[in-house]
Amino acid sequence: MTFYDGLAFFILLLIALLPAVVLGLMGRRIKHYAMFLSLFFVFIIYRNEPIQLFYLSVYLFIEWHVIAIYQLCRRRFGQNKSIYHHALIFGLLPLIIAKFSGFLGHNWFGFLGVSYITFKVVQIIIESYDGVIEKSGFYSTMSFLLFFPTISSGPIDRSRRYEADCNIVSTRSAYLDLLGNGLWKLLLGVLYKFVLSAIAFELMGQVEQNQQIGALIAYAYLYGFYLFFDFAGYSLMAIGTSYILGIKTPENFNKPFISRDIKEFWDRWHITLSHWFRDFLFSRFIMDAIRNKWFKSRLNAASAGFMVNMLIMGLWHGPTIDYLLYGLYHGLLLAATERMQKKKWYKKVKDKGWYQAASWFVTLNLVMFGFFIFSGRLIDLIG
Amino acid sequence: MLEKLLDILQEICDDDAVRSDLDMDLFAEGLLDSLAFAELLVAIENEFHITLSPTEYDKEQLSSVHKIEGVLKEKGVQ
Repeated sequence: MTFYDGLAFFILLLIALLPAVVLGLMGRRIKHYAMFLSLFFVFIIYRNEPIQLFYLSVYLFIEWHVIAIYQLCRRRFGQNKSIYHHALIFGLLPLIIAKFSGFLGHNWFGFLGVSYITFKVVQIIIESYDGVIEKSGFYSTMSFLLFFPTISSGPIDRSRRYEADCNIVSTRSAYLDLLGNGLWKLLLGVLYKFVLSAIAFELMGQVEQNQQIGALIAYAYLYGFYLFFDFAGYSLMAIGTSYILGIKTPENFNKPFISRDIKEFWDRWHITLSHWFRDFLFSRFIMDAIRNKWFKSRLNAASAGFMVNMLIMGLWHGPTIDYLLYGLYHGLLLAATERMQKKKWYKKVKDKGWYQAASWFVTLNLVMFGFFIFSGRLIDLIG
Repeated sequence: MLEKLLDILQEICDDDAVRSDLDMDLFAEGLLDSLAFAELLVAIENEFHITLSPTEYDKEQLSSVHKIEGVLKEKGVQ
């Protein structure tokens, strides 16, 4: 059994959510039941491969100590950069091992969700350094990291937001609202993932063997739609399930294909990922670049920031040439967009209808070409 | 303090529209984006000697001139 797939999972999910609905309607706290469900689902799903259960446990043991020990040091020694960097390295180490140990023939720490859970851990460490988080509780941190609706592939929530939601005791009518919204998102997610994405996938199969330009373009578009419906559908199901448990997990997609430039695209596509990168990598890179005068101009700083940001995002998907190229491609596009938008002519035309239409069309095709790289077909064709 | 803040914003956004309506949503109007926001945080650090980290406040809490002014006051800037 795996998350959000197969009849057995959905039947189990609906049964498991019933007591949460009763608690919600009675105006009681759901968080302890949600914690129980997280442990239950993690056990049921990870035990298919017991080694995953082992890696997850070791992972949590390590990361909890990294967080707790770092926070202790932070309280004692203040904003010490060296301690902070050590904490970040230790926090990231299991993910780095998981991503690169494949080259050595063994997949250490390769458990379902390791990529996503690490964002949550690093967020806690960085915000502890900032002084925004002083001390994380063991129980609430475990509840956050293990929260089963989003453990395998996000959306990536933030700890302070999550904890605030956990401690809200909704009135009956507020909970009814959440419940209705949650069920709707679950259903919409099912439609996206099991109907629309399946159709796109089926059609992809029909043009896959063909190497004519028309078929390649069709493949890029179909793959883009497949990716969107598959991942947006999964995200909707995860968000819907969260709502029923009283947690308003943030949205992950917002009509990405209407974007009029690449910056807007990253505000609409895999939003929790790109906003995580914005808040914890890009902003900080830019701030350090300005403070330490690394670059001659702000445009150079911004361009470098976009490149670093997107390359690391590419690498996070996996250390393969396709993903790195995908990151490089989007980094270049963002840097070029930033430069273009600082030009005088851009300010004159940006609100004109014809410009917006043209800009939308160009953006859509740039995005689809990006998916073509992401799909691995480009490298296949060249190689 | 407000005048200094407006100077900073005008330079970062490269637009004197920031002065026209102090309750205008700077993100919705396209005057602030993630890049300008990071620049703003450093400028505030240099000018007012207080540190705001990128996630300390929601974007919503820093979306207009008046809101930013409010946060700065809260942090003890005169």
